[in-house]
Amino acid sequence: MSDSNQILDEVTQSDYKYGFVSNIETETIEKGLNEDVVRLISMKKNEPEWLLEYRLKAFRKWQQMEMPDWAHLKIPSIDFQDIIYYAAPKKKETLNSLEEVDPELIDTFNKLGISLEEQKRLTGVAVDAVIDSVSVKTTFTATLAKYGIIFCSFSEAVQEHPELVRKYLGSVVPYTDNYFGALNSAVFSDGSFCYIPKGVRCPMELSTYFRINAANTGQFERTLIVADEGSYVSYLEGCTAPQRDENQLHAAIVEIIAHKDAEVKYSTVQNWYPGDKEGRGGIYNFVTKRGLCEGANSKISWTQVETGSAITWKYPSCVLKGDNSVGEFYSVAVTNNFQQADTGSKMIHLGKNTRSTIVSKGISAGRSHNSYRGQVKINKNATGARNFSQCDSLLLGDRCGAHTFPYIDTKNASAIVEHEATTSRISDDQLFYCQQRGLDTEKSIGLIVNGYAREVLNQLPMEFAVEAQKLLAISLEGSVG
Amino acid sequence: MLEIKDLHVSIQGKEILKGLNLSVKPGEVHAIMGPNGTGKSTLANVITGRDIYDNISGEIIYKGKDLMEMAIEDRAREGIFLSFQYPVEIPGVSITNFMRAALDEIYLYKGKKPLSGGEFLKYFNEKKQLVEMTANLANRSVNEGFSGGEKKKNEIFQMAMLNPDLAILDETDSGLDIDALRIVANGVNKLRTSENATIVITHYQRLLDYIVPDFVHVLYGGKIVKTGGKELAFELEEKGYEWIKDHADIEL
Repeated sequence: MSDSNQILDEVTQSDYKYGFVSNIETETIEKGLNEDVVRLISMKKNEPEWLLEYRLKAFRKWQQMEMPDWAHLKIPSIDFQDIIYYAAPKKKETLNSLEEVDPELIDTFNKLGISLEEQKRLTGVAVDAVIDSVSVKTTFTATLAKYGIIFCSFSEAVQEHPELVRKYLGSVVPYTDNYFGALNSAVFSDGSFCYIPKGVRCPMELSTYFRINAANTGQFERTLIVADEGSYVSYLEGCTAPQRDENQLHAAIVEIIAHKDAEVKYSTVQNWYPGDKEGRGGIYNFVTKRGLCEGANSKISWTQVETGSAITWKYPSCVLKGDNSVGEFYSVAVTNNFQQADTGSKMIHLGKNTRSTIVSKGISAGRSHNSYRGQVKINKNATGARNFSQCDSLLLGDRCGAHTFPYIDTKNASAIVEHEATTSRISDDQLFYCQQRGLDTEKSIGLIVNGYAREVLNQLPMEFAVEAQKLLAISLEGSVG
Repeated sequence: MLEIKDLHVSIQGKEILKGLNLSVKPGEVHAIMGPNGTGKSTLANVITGRDIYDNISGEIIYKGKDLMEMAIEDRAREGIFLSFQYPVEIPGVSITNFMRAALDEIYLYKGKKPLSGGEFLKYFNEKKQLVEMTANLANRSVNEGFSGGEKKKNEIFQMAMLNPDLAILDETDSGLDIDALRIVANGVNKLRTSENATIVITHYQRLLDYIVPDFVHVLYGGKIVKTGGKELAFELEEKGYEWIKDHADIEL
């Protein structure tokens, strides 16, 4: 049982405590996007020809595409020529030990509560730290190598394991997939790569910590996770950014491949800077996350706690290709002030007896808008497929909005698809009950909201669950009163 | 401990309490009886600070402090506890976590160091036994899917945990079978000391067989119209509330 009081104590601390800027020497390129920029990024990363070709194809595709407008979001026009597409902390050519990492950088991650020093990690979580566009440090690489596990930055994987990257890159999210996916495929700078060999159960949580630091830059990371037959891995992702008045663009891709009997659990606590109380600033978060249950009996489980970003556009999905494969999506999305979120999941059932579960908990406060958008698709060969979806919305105050857009498309008569949806408010009765026991309004709300989201929070690994509970309460500070 | 003087309360233009006076001292149990709709629950709400009334005048002094000036949670932290007539469900929040949060707040308010995890669990189990709360109930979400009896037992358990100076039991007997009633009443009696006081709000005499009051007040038409010992409850039960009209201490 987590210590909710300690969590609640911290509620009253601050608005957005990760809003600081670190003074790190950064190498950036000129603003703007064209083929030369794509070539420059590829060159800086010393990439093989095939990868440059991939980027260029993606870039050309992107130029023909239009910004999607189907989401329930008001997106101000984005000037893609006003963004810096590559920013990296200056560093020596190779980093062999932590001593070579800029101390300011280590300090940054310490402030974020993430120690890059292996011996200081109590919980045994291997971390890949990505600042602006570049992976600065991956811990426990050597330990993991003993198991044959590859866990490194994406750039390193391109150099060290090009055959794996080439085989799987774009195999789940092709560069033609969508506008932001194509953009990412053209200009992605770094991210994490992970390969779990056959039959290996990864002995520790793997985690990528994303930090935007430099101003006027976009962040485009790429994560690729491959779980070979019968393997297991639990993966965590955390994100924060400094507090700034202008908006910043984040467009990432996460691809997961689970082979026969493999299981991947992917957890996200997304806390990009959400903008201030008047809606100034904040991150535009346009992310494509998709997992392919390639082999029979494989399983991919997404858990996300979304509290940050001015705009969130994100639908972690599962393609259930292998027979008896399982897809899960557990989500808590909180919006406050002027935040907008359009998030949900897609479950594409291709194989026989495939099963999927969607549990979405939306919490809206202030003048924010929070939408669930989900698609459940049962193909004609997916005999015996099952889906259960539950979408709950909780409203705080009377100026926010909650919306639900479920799409169900069934082509096989044997499929069973269930959808449940509720909308509720924190009642005055609940508040009074908590206050009568000695809790003030904000603590009462924190407690009620955490209870409401418990089903999802329970899916998170322990270290993350505590963090997430604090975040939920902090995000809703001052939302009632 | 509690002095209420000339309390008037109205909601939506309708006056519910019309000059109520009540004095409660440490160690005393007061029963407030009266037919439905005479303002019994309103009295409980006003003492605990529920802000749904248009107009409140008069004086409520608790431990020498003006209660009207205090926030709901501060009144609770100062030792006022309400056992709800209709306890509220809080899905996903276990009773353990709920009580931990509440107890920590009260300790901090009083400048005491909150209990450690181990101390808390020990205390929690002691109190659980005191009110015969089943282990299973304690791990469930607050009141979620509880039967009427379970909800009321849970209220008394919370009362045991928070150890209030002034407990107000609002219709705690409603919806209870005779066994549950006995368990709940036993719990309340065990918590009774010479330091604390209890106000029992009920419209049946039945509960008072188990929780024996020092004073019985009859609330009628927004005022306390008659005060007596425990025998007044029997008389009321026998003769009905109509009888009170002719035998009030004050002019109706």
